Order: sequence, then C-alpha cells, then structure tokens
Amino acid sequence: MTMSDERTPSPDQDILAEIQAEVAHDLEEERPPAGGPSYQVVGALVALVVGIGGAVLSYGYGLGSLRQPGPGLWPFVVSIAIALMAAALLVVGRRLTDSEKFTRSSVLPAVGLITFVGLALLMPVIGFEIPSLLLCVVWLRFLGGESWRSTVITSVVTVAAFYFLFLYGLRIPLPHLF
Amino acid sequence: MDVNAFLDGFGLVTEPQNLLYCLIGVLIGMLIGVLPGLGPAATIAILLPITYSIDPVSAIIMLAGIYYGAQYGGTITSVLLRLPGEASSVVTVFDGFALAKQGKAGTALGIAAIGSFVGATVSILGLTLVAPLIAGWALSFGDPEYAALALLGVLLVATIGNGNKLKAMIAAALGLLLATVGRDSFSGAERFTFGSLQLTEGIDFVVVAMGLFGVGEILYNLEERHGKPHVPAAVANIWPSRKDLKQSSGAIGRGSLIGFVLGVLPGGGAVMSSLAAYATEKRISKKPERFGRGAIEGVAAPETANNAAATSSFIPLLTLGIPANASMAMLFGALLILGISPGPQLVDERPDLFWGVINSMYIGNLILLVLSIPLVGIFVRILRVRPAILAPITALITILGVYTINNSTFDIFVMIVFGLIGYLMKKVGFEPGPMVLAFVLGSIVEDGFRRSMLIFDGDPTGFFTRPISGTILAAFVLVALWPAVKAIRARRRAATAAAAPTDRDHVDTPTR
Repeated sequence: MTMSDERTPSPDQDILAEIQAEVAHDLEEERPPAGGPSYQVVGALVALVVGIGGAVLSYGYGLGSLRQPGPGLWPFVVSIAIALMAAALLVVGRRLTDSEKFTRSSVLPAVGLITFVGLALLMPVIGFEIPSLLLCVVWLRFLGGESWRSTVITSVVTVAAFYFLFLYGLRIPLPHLF
Repeated sequence: MDVNAFLDGFGLVTEPQNLLYCLIGVLIGMLIGVLPGLGPAATIAILLPITYSIDPVSAIIMLAGIYYGAQYGGTITSVLLRLPGEASSVVTVFDGFALAKQGKAGTALGIAAIGSFVGATVSILGLTLVAPLIAGWALSFGDPEYAALALLGVLLVATIGNGNKLKAMIAAALGLLLATVGRDSFSGAERFTFGSLQLTEGIDFVVVAMGLFGVGEILYNLEERHGKPHVPAAVANIWPSRKDLKQSSGAIGRGSLIGFVLGVLPGGGAVMSSLAAYATEKRISKKPERFGRGAIEGVAAPETANNAAATSSFIPLLTLGIPANASMAMLFGALLILGISPGPQLVDERPDLFWGVINSMYIGNLILLVLSIPLVGIFVRILRVRPAILAPITALITILGVYTINNSTFDIFVMIVFGLIGYLMKKVGFEPGPMVLAFVLGSIVEDGFRRSMLIFDGDPTGFFTRPISGTILAAFVLVALWPAVKAIRARRRAATAAAAPTDRDHVDTPTR
C-alpha cells in the first residue's frame, strides 16, 4: 500500500492517516515474515469449503419460505455469504501480507497443544496434580528454556497453589489424586 | 434517572467483598496491561469460569476492572520499552518513549495516569447520565430493530478494526454460522450436530471464547516471544510539574470528549480514539513538529482518550445489549452465564447490577490512580518476570478453568480445537475477534430475523419501512459498502495525481 492511496484531500484526514501508517509500520517491525500467496489461498479455500458445506447441509435442513422460515434458511444465507466473500478473497487477497510463516519455532505451539491434550486425557484417570506438574515442566524447561532449578521450584509452587485455590479456596471439585 | 438506585449502587460497591473484587480486577488488568502477550479480552475469557462460583455483581465488577485496568497498564510498557502492552497504547509510544530517552519517563507516566483518571471519570459521569436515557429509548425496540442493530454491531466491529476488512467479515460470518450449531429453538431440528449428543445444546460460548482467545493467544505467544529480553529503565519522579500539568490540561480535556464519543460507537473504542486524540493535538498545536520528539500532550491525549473510550464502550452493552468490542463480548457472555440478558430492561430489572458495575468504575479508577502513581515502581519490576514463567500458569488456569464449568473433559477438547483454530487463523491473517463477537450475537440476529419475518408475514421490506430498523439497516449498507467506495475514490485520485505530478509533490512536503 502506498501512502497516496490512503490520502484524502482534507488536511485533517492527512494527519490521522499518517499516524495510522506510522503505527502500522511500527507493528510491522515486530512481526515475523509473511507467509506469501499460498497461505492466503489456503485460508480463503478453507472458508470457501466451510461456506459451501454449510450451504449444502442447511439446504438439507429445510429452507421453508420467507413467511415460514425453516431451520435451514438462516444458516443457508450465512453460508452463501461466507462462500461469496471467500471466493472474492481468493481473487483479491493473494497479495496480502498479513499471514505469518510457519518456522522452526512453530514446533513450540505444537508441543504445547500436545501437552493440553495429554492433560485432558490424564486428568480424569489420575487426577490433575501429576499431569499439571508434567505440563509445567515441559513448558518451563523445554518450551521456555528455564534452568532445572527454576523449573522445579515454579512447577511445584504452581501446582500446590492451584491445589489449594481450587479444592480449598473456591471449593471446586477437580479430579485429584491426593 | 433513578437517584435511589444510583445511590444503592454505591452502597453495594462499598461492601468489602465487592471492593476486594474490584481491587483484584484492576490489579489483574494492570498486570496484563504491563505484560505484553495476553490482552484484556483473552484474560477475561480465561477467567470466565470464575463467574460460576462467585456472586454475580462481584464477578462483573471484577471482569470490568480487568478491562479498564489494562488501559492503565499498557502505558507503562509503551513509555519504558517502546512496546505497547495494548493496541490502544500504540501511539503513546511515539512521544512516551522519546520522553523516556530524555530521562522524563516519570513525567510521562504521571501525566498518563492523571489523564487516564480524568478521562475515565468524565466518561463514567457521561455513562451515568446517558445510559439510563438510551435504555429508556431502546425499550420500544422490537425484534426487527434488534436483528438490525446486532447485525450492524457485528459489521462495525468487523470493519473498523485493523486488518483486512473482507477477512474480518468472513470471520464474523463464520461466527454467525457457528452460533447455529445445535437444536433450533423454533423447530427443534438439529443443525450441524453430526449426531453428537454434546453438540445438541449448542457450543458453549465460554468454551469457544476460551479456546479462540485464551488458548489461541497462549499458543501464539509461545511461538513469538523468543529472544526479547525486557530491561526497563529506572523511573524517578513520577509527580509531574505544574508546568507539565498546565501544558497537558487542554489535551486531557479534549481527549476525554473524543474518547467518550468514539467509545460509544461499536468497533470504535479505545484504539481509534487514541489515534484520533493524538491527531487532534498535533493538528491544533502551534508547533506540530514537537510531536514524536517528546511532546507531553502526545502522551496525555491518547492515554486520556483510550480510558474514556474504554469506559463509554460499556454504554451499548449495558443499554442495548450490543457489545462494542471483543472485551465487551466477553462481559456479555459472562452476563449470559449468570442468567442475565443485557439489554434496555437491565436498568429496571437488575438495578443492583447496572449501578453496581457503573459505580464500581468510579472506585476502580481511583484505585488505579493510586496504583499507577506511587506504586508504579512495583509494576516496572514486574516487567522483569520472564514470560516463560507465566506461560504454564496461564495454560493451567485455562484448562482447569474450562473443566470446572460443567465438570466435563469434552469441554476441554472443544476448547483445544478452538484454540488450534484461533492459532491457525492468526497465522493466515484472520482475526478471531469478529468471530467471537458474531458468535455471541448470532442467536439474537437469527431469532430477531425469524420472528420479524413472522411479524411481517414474509415480506422482508418490513425491515426498511420501520423507521428505526430502516435507519439502522441504511447505516449497515453504508458501512458495508464504504471500503469499496473508498477504494474507487482512491483510484480516481491516483489517476488525477498521475496526471498532475507537481501538484502531488506539493501536498507531500509539509506532511513528512
């Protein structure tokens, strides 16, 4: 986007636009590299598929008439809107720079997500204490690069604090081992 | 205005329990404002489960405190680190950091705190006077008006935010679609449940919000925060001199008004008003070149305006039941959890809650003023806490919190799925905010639309012939088409500029 595109004739708008551009520029410096056209295409395609799928399913629920709207009418309208806008995005949005490239550090959120799933699976079986402790250790030591000393202290204190907060402070029955 | 109810509200706020929750709320708000990473909407989302276990009024007072407290905290990182903790403090960076480099960080923080307090208090006064009037006027709204208003709210939030408008509108539409999952309240038909028993009741708002905002942001931060050590400069002499105060008093006054007015608009809120207030000061200044090099007005104006706007953005929520931004959508969800549907009837049906929340802001801002002037050193020290230490704690609060809502591990998995969606959306450049907001308003729009069609006997022109819904929809069309109009005008201007290049150079020189 060039500066002249944003500009309107009045000097009032000028200062605001200038500041906005400056802010956008400032934020830009903080961000990782953009993903490129393939990211944009994938994003638009997913929205397109959701739109078309939603339209097909809601058609099946029955559109009814405008006088007697069926359960499918509203989701059908919304799905069509999604599909149309996604198609438009596919055409005009290829050059956008608002996506972010997956890099080697994208492994961190993936590992984080796995620990979330692990906690959800283990909690009903063996209580929340041990899985929570493990989650803390993984996040501090392996995802956060903390020293072992800091990892152990923070993990133990955190889990103990949650134990007392939930079971005694708020009296919420979490599944617990001890 | 019902003066007794207003005074009862004060009585309620000064109960020790409510004071305590107000204090906790603004403290948390200030903390997350100081710490880059989680924003107020994400924090409120993560803490939503607590509304199930404490008193409704206390809960809302606390969550509201998080929102306006975050506006104060965001200033500190902008001035000291050139790192805006909140989007609404981005412009504060220009002059705030310049002042800090000149060794006047304390002055900047002090003026910002005073401006914030004045702006917020002016705005609460406005809220106190205006909110009951709007609520009274909106009592006459019927289904068509609500459908139109909610739709306009979704659209404004989608289009006024930063980022690509088309993408924001797609995200909003996806939120509307998501809201239809579950049993249809009119016909009893099941929609998009794919035979799952858990999905028949629809997807829980709290779970969606905690996933998209909470987990999504936690995962995103996990990836982004590498190699950024925060070592703030020392801060001395917070109390601004009389000269500084005099110099910024005009900016604070104008910032209060700009913030109040822009905050009421859906989607406007704190970010836009801070930009507008800064631009206003620069425009009317006799020496505009001072801005960006440490002009105290450049800190006072946006910080005043963003607090005024944060406060006045409660007006549409409390009077119309339409959240103006993502954080308000979280409060809307919290009210729904408590069995309270926000809207014009709130002031009459739940005066305790209505006035309790509004009046808690007078006190909350007083607490914030105290926290941010004498105690600012403590908050500066918090900047030294490594984000890696906080990450697992927020992760645990989120998972254990969502479980406690229904004692259900299914909810944890739904939240994880939405967390992944939220993370991926950010990676491909979609903001999850409009989606969550549209999800909250989805059933209002659909129910209003369907009931209206029954009222109008199947004739959709009925929406346009009723004066209020017609006006709202006209505004909707205007806003929806505005980006296209602007693009066409820009193209035409570019064409004329190319034809007369000397003229354009002339325009460029004075602004840069």
